[in-house]
Amino acid sequence: MSTTTMLRLLGTGMLKTVSIFFLTLLFSLPLGLLFSFGRMSKNGLVKGISKLYISVMRGTPLMLQLIVVYFAPYYILGIKIPSWYRSGAVILAFVLNYAAYFAEIYRSGIESIPIGQYEAARVLGYGKAQTFVKIILPQVIKRILPPVTNEMITLVKDTSLAFVLTEVEMFTIAKQIAAKEASILPLMVAGVFYYFFNLAVAAVMEWVENRLNYYR
Amino acid sequence: MNVLEINHLKKEFDGLTVLQDISLSVKKGEVVSVIGPSGSGKSTLLRCATMLEQMDGGELVYMGEKAAWEEKDACVYAPKEKLKQVRRRFGLVFQNFNLFPHYTVLKNIMDAPVSVDRVPKEEARQQALALLGQLGLEDKADAYPYQLSGGQQQRVSIARALALKPEILFFDEPTSALDPELTGEVLKVIRQLAKEHMTMIIVTHEMKFARELSDRIIFMEDGVIRQQGTPEELFMAPDDRVKEFIGKFAG
Repeated sequence: MSTTTMLRLLGTGMLKTVSIFFLTLLFSLPLGLLFSFGRMSKNGLVKGISKLYISVMRGTPLMLQLIVVYFAPYYILGIKIPSWYRSGAVILAFVLNYAAYFAEIYRSGIESIPIGQYEAARVLGYGKAQTFVKIILPQVIKRILPPVTNEMITLVKDTSLAFVLTEVEMFTIAKQIAAKEASILPLMVAGVFYYFFNLAVAAVMEWVENRLNYYR
Repeated sequence: MNVLEINHLKKEFDGLTVLQDISLSVKKGEVVSVIGPSGSGKSTLLRCATMLEQMDGGELVYMGEKAAWEEKDACVYAPKEKLKQVRRRFGLVFQNFNLFPHYTVLKNIMDAPVSVDRVPKEEARQQALALLGQLGLEDKADAYPYQLSGGQQQRVSIARALALKPEILFFDEPTSALDPELTGEVLKVIRQLAKEHMTMIIVTHEMKFARELSDRIIFMEDGVIRQQGTPEELFMAPDDRVKEFIGKFAG
């Protein structure tokens, strides 16, 4: 197989990898915020459910969750699984999993904001929602950038788990070419692709961190 | 009409009675200082008056409007809308400033009028700049709090409270977090406010300042008001405990 063919094949896989990455972030970042609210709720039931969710999603392998999410409609609800569900299940499982991690990251950020900020806002007359969106959240975002960057880098590599549902992303293609050509080279190239993707992610996040360094 | 009326305020924390039976009223233009040892309940008094803590007994009245009152052995608060209006009547300056670090000095001051009182942005900006001018901080308008000294930050914090045009300003040990050099610039601002007849309640350890500025001084200990009176009454003929306490503050 020529190098250009190999790169082209790996490239299509890379597109899948990148799409899983962005779609997961798009949905898990807001969902994680919701769960962090649940986790910090005064309502015992809401708090308990959130804690349980976070515990299970972080405590079981993502690979297993992918399989469960894919087969759940059939085994639990008795619905026949449509073919389009395979991509959907991948995204759904990733989103549910990463939301749990982001929930705890948000919580650590929110709980680290001094109570004085809340009190000043309250005395000045800001409502609860206003206080959170204008005063608290901007400060939280700045604080959680490093751990969020960590999760994003982990996510880039976790995308290779999609092979479990026979989603053809880059690593699967690399393995197939390696098996066919009896060469380790495609896997090395895949490794380089991952590295440069992560380098880009880290560079972007560092740029964001610098932008937010206008105050301390 | 009194700007503020507190009747038989009681506050407990986990069974410990921090405020036993506090009653005080403040007239418009009065400057009241609250002094006393740590743990006497001074800050708790301010926090109950500004509704940062829930009272366990007693009445809280601003300009004749009841914010909280007693019903069947517990404190009941007015509905949210009413409380929102009551909150407009007062401002609070914290010991550790509590400025919003991600806003410029100017935005710290003008944001509440814009977001809470719906003042038009340009009007709020002009008012904020005017306040900064009065405090001698115009050149810091676009700076961020972390770039300011403690004294400057506290002055900005006072401006932030003033921007909402409160009837009464509370100060919770405004200079306690500042080193002596910076204390002066903050006291100067408060002195100016007193000259302009701003109604104020100041919890402070600055005895000289309290004596010089107050119309009335309240000495608190163990959750009660031990003595209350004009600076002369308190400093010239104090009761033994007050005498002992003041004596610890040389000069």
